[in-house]
Amino acid sequence: MVGGSLMSGLEATIAVERGELDLELDLFIGSDRTLALLGPNGAGKSTVVDVLAGLLPLETGRIVLDGTVLDDPTTGRFVAPHSRSVGVVFQGGLLFPHLTTIENVEFGLRSRGLSRRQARREATEVLGTIGMQEFADRSPSELSGGEAQRIALARSLVGAPTMLLLDEPLSALDATTRVEVQRNLAQHLAAFDGPRLLITHDPAEAFLLADEVVLIEGGRVTQRGDPADIRLRPKTKYAADLAGSNFLLGEAQHGTVQTAGLTVHIADRSLVGKVVVTIHPRAVSLHLERPEGSARNVWETMVTVIEDHGDRVRVQLGQPLGITAEVTPGALAALALTPGAAVWCSVKATEVVAQPR
Amino acid sequence: MIWRVAVGALLLAACSGGESERQLVVSAASSLTNAFGEVASAFEERHPGVSVVLNLGASSALREQILNGAPADVFASADEATMDAVINASAAAGSEVFAHNRLVIAVASGNPADVSGLEDLARTDLFVGLCAPSVPCGRLAALVLDTQGVVPAVDTYEPNVRSLVTKIGNGDLDMGLVYRSDVTGSSMVEGVGLPEDVDFANDYHIAVLDRAREPDLATAFVEFLLSPEGVAIVVANGLEAP
Amino acid sequence: MKVPTRRVTQSAPPALVALAVIGAVFFLVPVVGIVAQVPWRSLPEIFRSDIVANAVRLSLIASVGAVTAATVIGLPLAWVLARVDFAFKPLVRGLVLLPMVLPPVVGGAALLFGFGRRGIVGGPLYDATGFVLPFSVWGVIVASTFVAMPFLVITVEAALRTVDRRYEGAASTLGASPWTVLRRVTIPLVSPAVVSGLLLTWARALGEFGATITFAGNLQGRTQTLPLAVFVALETDRDAAVAISVLMMVISLGVLVSLRDRWWGAHS
Repeated sequence: MVGGSLMSGLEATIAVERGELDLELDLFIGSDRTLALLGPNGAGKSTVVDVLAGLLPLETGRIVLDGTVLDDPTTGRFVAPHSRSVGVVFQGGLLFPHLTTIENVEFGLRSRGLSRRQARREATEVLGTIGMQEFADRSPSELSGGEAQRIALARSLVGAPTMLLLDEPLSALDATTRVEVQRNLAQHLAAFDGPRLLITHDPAEAFLLADEVVLIEGGRVTQRGDPADIRLRPKTKYAADLAGSNFLLGEAQHGTVQTAGLTVHIADRSLVGKVVVTIHPRAVSLHLERPEGSARNVWETMVTVIEDHGDRVRVQLGQPLGITAEVTPGALAALALTPGAAVWCSVKATEVVAQPR
Repeated sequence: MIWRVAVGALLLAACSGGESERQLVVSAASSLTNAFGEVASAFEERHPGVSVVLNLGASSALREQILNGAPADVFASADEATMDAVINASAAAGSEVFAHNRLVIAVASGNPADVSGLEDLARTDLFVGLCAPSVPCGRLAALVLDTQGVVPAVDTYEPNVRSLVTKIGNGDLDMGLVYRSDVTGSSMVEGVGLPEDVDFANDYHIAVLDRAREPDLATAFVEFLLSPEGVAIVVANGLEAP
Repeated sequence: MKVPTRRVTQSAPPALVALAVIGAVFFLVPVVGIVAQVPWRSLPEIFRSDIVANAVRLSLIASVGAVTAATVIGLPLAWVLARVDFAFKPLVRGLVLLPMVLPPVVGGAALLFGFGRRGIVGGPLYDATGFVLPFSVWGVIVASTFVAMPFLVITVEAALRTVDRRYEGAASTLGASPWTVLRRVTIPLVSPAVVSGLLLTWARALGEFGATITFAGNLQGRTQTLPLAVFVALETDRDAAVAISVLMMVISLGVLVSLRDRWWGAHS
């Protein structure tokens, strides 16, 4: 499907430069699908929103939504943002501070030519369905973060847009509110039957809400796939950090990988050349003495940092590999580890995931 | 640094010219602009080390300045009433008449609006200016118009005679009543004379002010103005000998 | 964490307060000085005179006219300066601010050279239509607008520069045309600046003297505004001058205080 022409959904080839950022990526989002654009700050995620919404014209590329060309510099076609039918939930909600809650919801209806009374009736109905009638006359400054986010979502949906863009919809919320709004968001995303683009820097959000994840770093796509795939086989250090995985670069040679510190055995004997190696922290076993057993990769190292996460403990190890192990609090107690302690670690060759770069 | 420079600049401004030179401040009616400019130069020539500072304005405005304590050594007013107010307020002991001035109808050079006499002041198709009644040339104009029974179609009462002359010269106004001295020697305006019977003259008064900082110089200036040489300069600038 | 229940009041540094008091007294002294001169007995008679009635009427026409003109041409100018990139923009901005630093009398003379009967624009206009700006109420409005409009332009331009433009983007994704965005989002967001800019413009126009007397002349009932009436009266009738000055203070204080309360009351 990638590379083909979709009759419905979003098909975008994007190339723009904005300040330091040089953005170049392709996006395909089928109808009824949620794609998460995941990346660190400054990766160009919000610029993608601006480009799709029409706030920033393309320099090169093409944006087609449900068969309609929205932006194509080669033909000079550019559909202005107000004619695009793209709903956007901006970072921070961006509710108009000079309007009340219901006036914010009405805004899109009035802009599209509804009379004052019709707009008020529809907006009241919308507030009713999300259970926020009593907030109608409040100013946005009087809303909590979660309430503002729900209003912002309702505002973007009243005009019945063809596509929905959500830019960091949960980033401004505290942890408790986030869970609640996230559930609410999941329902709305499921109910919306057009392409959905979720911009986020939080992998949990992306993995939970999206059908497909595109990783973007420095304006370029570094990996795309379904959430499980990226979690298990991260291709970049950033992706690995997101998934909590250990991440190494090396040179494969028929069953072994030469990394910076150590030669690591892998199961796949066919690989040759530059590879990305990931080792899940739970696959790393810790021992006080040199372990007997089947593990092919065994080396001695030192504990540098111990992070207690309650039901599990992350133990960072020093030279030669500098990876992280994850053990249960019970195991940690049995080993009596403290930072600075010498320790042996082992990883089965089958637990070492190597992918060509 | 900036602070020090600013203070230095202030000090410099305050002191400049005050060290080696003696200053004589002459507040004079604006109709004396040309005449007193020449008188001052001639006076400075005779008194090396003396600089005459001319403060020109409407006589009434100068009167207000003097009565409010503005520093001045000599006051020259364009009429008697204004000088009387200064004397009555005990700011000067007495005054002397040093010149007369007469009104003329001022028009732009070449008389483009074809003005011939006072009755043209009533024309509504012309832009007509007079001096404000608060200044001597305005009072004299009112007197002239009253005697002649002319009701002028005035478009503006200018705060002093120089601004009236300037507007006529620039073509913003078509005509106005100004002093003969204002049109003498000007390339921008020319005068149309008034009939003999309404040719009232203003008496120009000069006085040494009681609060003069340079009373001797002030007296010398007045004496020079009344000397044949001073009178000659004044007459050459369109005024009449006393 | 324990939250302090005591309300924290900001304590003012004494030196700051002392300087602020000096600042306030500096403004107060001249006001008290002129109020002390008010001829209370003859006040009603002065206020009933034609001179005062005419001057009040002209001052209101001139200041409201300047505010209207500034709204119609000053607001678009502020918007263009804040939002459109074009060559020589610093020069244009400097031009707009020029009347604020130019002595008003010089401004009036410059207006004559531009819009006067022999001016570069006024000349052809007069030749074609016979219309002359100076010495008319239109001239008073032009002079007032010239010196007062910069206050609106700089205030609103600064506000437009600081307003979060993402709101405008949000509005356009909600289907608002550029004009609707301007009307329903941009202008409301900068409305506090627009209001204070208009108030400053109005206040400056009300007190305008130099450019008016130079460009528009001085004729009771046609071009003589309150400041001109004060100027003429200062040299002839001091009581009237003081009375008119106090009247101006009352009018402007009344308008500024009441509008301030209406527009900014919620924030103070």
